[in-house]
Amino acid sequence: MNKTINNRAWFLVVPVVALVAFNALIPLMTVVNYSVQETFGDNTFFWSGVTWFEKLLRDPRFHGALGRQLFFTGIILLIEVPLGVAIALTMPKKGPWVSVCLVLMALPLLIPWNVVGAMWNIMALPDIGLLGHTLNALGFDYNYTRQPVSAWVTLIAMDVWHWTSLVVLLSYAGLVSIPEAYYQAAKIDGARPWAVFRYIQLPKMKRVLTIAILLRFMDSFMIYTEPSVLTGGGPGNSTTLLSIDLVKTALGQFDLGPAAATSLVYFLIVLLVSWVFYTLMMRNEAQ
Amino acid sequence: MAKVTLENLAHTYFNRADGTAEWAVKRINLQWADGGAFALLGPSGCGKTTLLNIMSGLIHPTEGRILFDERDVTALSPEERNIAQVFQFPVVYDTMSVYDNIAFPLRNRGMAEAEIGPRVREIAELTELTPMLKQRAAGLTADGKQKISLARGLVRPDVNLVMFDEPLTVIDPHLKWVLRSKLRELHQRVGTTMIYVTHDQTEALTFADQVVVMNAGEVVQIGSPVELFEQPQHTFVGHFIGSPGMNVLPAKIDNGKAIFAGRQLDVANPVAAAADGTMELGVRPEFVRFVREGIPARIINVADAGRYRIVDTQADGHRIKLLVDEGEEIPAGTAQLGFDPSQTRLYRDGWLATDGATS
Amino acid sequence: MRTAKWLVPTLYILFLMLPIYWLLSMSFKSTNEILGGFTLWPRDFTLANYTKIFTDSVWYNGYINSITYVTLNTVISVLAALPAAYAFSRYRFLGDKHLFFWLLTNRMAPPAVFALPFLQLYSAVGLFDTHIAVALAHTLFNIPLAVWILEGFMSSVPKELDETAYVDGYPFWKFFIKIFLPTIAAGIGVACFFCFMFSWVELLLAKTLTSVAAKPIAATMTRTASSSGYELGLLAAAGSLTLIPGAIVIYFVRNYIARGFALGRV
Repeated sequence: MNKTINNRAWFLVVPVVALVAFNALIPLMTVVNYSVQETFGDNTFFWSGVTWFEKLLRDPRFHGALGRQLFFTGIILLIEVPLGVAIALTMPKKGPWVSVCLVLMALPLLIPWNVVGAMWNIMALPDIGLLGHTLNALGFDYNYTRQPVSAWVTLIAMDVWHWTSLVVLLSYAGLVSIPEAYYQAAKIDGARPWAVFRYIQLPKMKRVLTIAILLRFMDSFMIYTEPSVLTGGGPGNSTTLLSIDLVKTALGQFDLGPAAATSLVYFLIVLLVSWVFYTLMMRNEAQ
Repeated sequence: MAKVTLENLAHTYFNRADGTAEWAVKRINLQWADGGAFALLGPSGCGKTTLLNIMSGLIHPTEGRILFDERDVTALSPEERNIAQVFQFPVVYDTMSVYDNIAFPLRNRGMAEAEIGPRVREIAELTELTPMLKQRAAGLTADGKQKISLARGLVRPDVNLVMFDEPLTVIDPHLKWVLRSKLRELHQRVGTTMIYVTHDQTEALTFADQVVVMNAGEVVQIGSPVELFEQPQHTFVGHFIGSPGMNVLPAKIDNGKAIFAGRQLDVANPVAAAADGTMELGVRPEFVRFVREGIPARIINVADAGRYRIVDTQADGHRIKLLVDEGEEIPAGTAQLGFDPSQTRLYRDGWLATDGATS
Repeated sequence: MRTAKWLVPTLYILFLMLPIYWLLSMSFKSTNEILGGFTLWPRDFTLANYTKIFTDSVWYNGYINSITYVTLNTVISVLAALPAAYAFSRYRFLGDKHLFFWLLTNRMAPPAVFALPFLQLYSAVGLFDTHIAVALAHTLFNIPLAVWILEGFMSSVPKELDETAYVDGYPFWKFFIKIFLPTIAAGIGVACFFCFMFSWVELLLAKTLTSVAAKPIAATMTRTASSSGYELGLLAAAGSLTLIPGAIVIYFVRNYIARGFALGRV
């Protein structure tokens, strides 16, 4: 669309800028401030330069959390994106079942995150939970509070349960926007189902899929509440992702300096990856 | 290539609550000769796209059979029928180049790359896509994309039938003419049976040797453009073809003669007296002229259309249009109209009356 | 192949429903039954857990608190986002693209990063433990999202609509409220849905910024889970009740869900 150049449009943006600036800039300044100071808990601060950052980048605890975070995000993207696309492809395109599917699938997205954690908690209880009991009855040695592998499986199952629907709904929105004539033309051209997917459905889903991957990347990188309720980062530190580690440091131990430095590095990582996605997406839209 | 026969074909999309069907296509019997250029003409919603999709196999007819030559193909898929179809809106595979788009139907059928190359280039030449073969299809303009669709429709050498569903809708007016002549030329070059669906009479009459006119799910007339113009079998054809359309006037029959506005008129198809049904009189504006003594009419409007003028008159409460050549004088206020008897016909319930060639 | 197509979504929905079934089933069990061993459905059906929630003010106030700040947040976010989205969709102005990206970066800010500074900020301005504090804090990620969604919907409305209105002599605000807003009603609905959703499901900030007076229901649950030992039935009942607002909201936007999740950009 051709847009008019009009700098008075700034007036329309002022409320948003004021609110977001209040919420984003002031706290961000606080974080930056802490990240370069040292405190002994009596409200006196000393300039410490980039010490915290140097320590952080060499800290095995941070490396561990970042590594687990990357592993977690990688795994759930690998499962949720193909699964979501597959479900969207097999969903009905018209008729009364569409609404039923959409409403039921959207349900997990609207459950408070700690309730999601709590639900999976009681699902997975090894003795009386549906999942835990069944797995143990089937002969698997499953206990998510004691074994890191069980904890990871539960964590990933929970995230797949919670968020695959987002990928489904986005892909579905992309799919239904394809005109019927494309499918008819493909039939007449003798295209096999794979070719229909590869040359018609996938290209048309590209944009929404980029949004889906971006959102899933961002949100899985920021995940805190669900794993904190489910496993609390344990057993040991085996499921301590970045956010859990950060909250432990900041609100648990009140180590403000290291926490602030972690926050900034963390935020920068999310920002950097998101920026790459955003640029790719905008380039696609421009085409 | 094949002769296409439609036998007792009927289709409905849904059944009403009382169990009766609402027919989109009503019982059609039709033959498309091998190698012909046909047009399927009718207003929007007359069932022509449904009929086309039945022939291509995208829709399975509720009743009836489709034969390619003598082979029954009713139950076959579009792919098995070996046909090509070009849609109203351009369909291109965005991620492929123009070349790959055109080659797509050939590759799907397992043709060897060595054969594909020359064939694609030949069709690209015909459709003037040669300079763009390496470009990405997504980057082309609407008419460029539609040319790709056309090329994909024409690229397979062995198809039984090529169908066009209003293929020029998205094309700029000045290019429409170019592409239409191109299609006509292509038909002469490749000789495949082609069916062109449109609601535009100019497109139909300039493309086709034989035009099938449809209305409300029925075929009302099949004929060459001249036949459709000079001998409409139905008042609908008279109306729909020609600009302006045929004048249709209520008529009475008295002693085997047609009566309009209290005057006896000679017609090309006189009918016997006391016939049932609503009788109407049809005469094209081309065959109405001013006479010294005839039907009294009041002149309402004169519109200049260049080489001739369209005169709108009212006689006995009915509108009658006539064409008057440049230079001929138009009387002011009132006038007398005369109809050419050889081009004035009687219609019973819409259809050309055929029963009474006795008088 | 074609006949088995419905199997994939069906299995998926079954998978989605299992934990929900388990939650509901737990909520109707007595504590004795739960601790007594594994039962697939409530043998000893009881409404005691729900009765407790509806009679104990700590519990039901949690609901009122949650609904209050979520509603406040939705209203603030959408009202502020409307003019901004209009500006982004219709005009080019100094720094527009950077501003848009900066707004979006806030959707990318991990709440864990902001938890502590928010606590200090809202304590400093005397808003700690109020509904408005949570509502304002949630605008951090909801305003960018609302602007993004609304901008998508607004851009699909042709500019000629605006121009026609001006030619017809409508002043800007009258046009905006009487003509433009009804045109993008679906978009506003979708934006409200998303603001509601993300404010309703977020807990870290909501918990950090409240202690008693504005404590959200979900936080009440966490405390119960840890402090009063294994009151699993009560926990499940409270959890089940948190599904209801979400289900209601989805039902209202069911026809726009697909387009809405694509943020109006399909």
